[in-house]
Amino acid sequence: MKTAVVLLPGLNRDRDMIAALTTITGQRPHTVWQTETEIPDVDLIVIPGGFSYGDYLRCGAIGARMPVMQAVADKARQGVMVMGVCNGFQILLEAGLLPGALMRNATLKFVCREVKLEVANANTAFTRGYQAGQVIRCPVAHHDGNYFADEETLKRLEGEGQVVFRYAEGTNPNGSVNDIAGIVSHEGNVLGMMPHPENLVEAAHGGTDGRALFAGALGLAA
Amino acid sequence: MAIRARVTVTLKNGVLDPQGKAIEGALGTLGFGGVGQVRQGKVFDVELDGADRSKAEADLKAMCEKLLANTVIEDYAVEIAG
Repeated sequence: MKTAVVLLPGLNRDRDMIAALTTITGQRPHTVWQTETEIPDVDLIVIPGGFSYGDYLRCGAIGARMPVMQAVADKARQGVMVMGVCNGFQILLEAGLLPGALMRNATLKFVCREVKLEVANANTAFTRGYQAGQVIRCPVAHHDGNYFADEETLKRLEGEGQVVFRYAEGTNPNGSVNDIAGIVSHEGNVLGMMPHPENLVEAAHGGTDGRALFAGALGLAA
Repeated sequence: MAIRARVTVTLKNGVLDPQGKAIEGALGTLGFGGVGQVRQGKVFDVELDGADRSKAEADLKAMCEKLLANTVIEDYAVEIAG
């Protein structure tokens, strides 16, 4: 199983992501710098978290317009699995690969803690390793994770099962509408989520609840 | 010859603005009475080469659509000086 991790200046979860992907696939991912216009043939492309371009203008706005993102968009159109975590989710939204926007947390505070996620749709390539309604542990660390979309978009997302993770009751850390923590594209091959599944993949992390997500995306047994 | 323009980006109506709300609260704390809703936005002062105002306006709108504003949540207005 081959994977690639997109690198932009200011991202800082790339090492964690590379470690997680190496643990799960047994192979170190390719790394693709922002100016590259081609991505090798891989099964999964990941945009990790951090603060690309210092969150200037809007979180993810400048990173989303770097040449590598055109290559990511082309791969996504071809059906390659693409996953954006935290700042990676913000970048996918700014790049128009997923609908909606992420705004400043409703509390105006940076949140860094563990939350509970409910698997809202286990019938996607990403979430097939979980049961529908299963509640998993996952850490969050962000200042701008307050998901917003207009009513029409929300209706479509909910109606078509594109909401894949919700903050479990009482744990919404950021004010996201409908407790949305992660969504997939209409075609199901692009996932964006605020929580960090790469930080719960081996026993030393204190839990392995994130592992099934990567395993699912790669078609591996968890 | 240069054209100077100001682009204003504001949140669309109906989009929650927690920063605006916090500022609104702080103004009240400072004793400013009668402050209604406060909405926070952004201002960009942009200089453009040339003297063609209609081209400048079209370019600025394209810049807003492509980068300066996120039209999912924000509206923009372009104002050319002079």
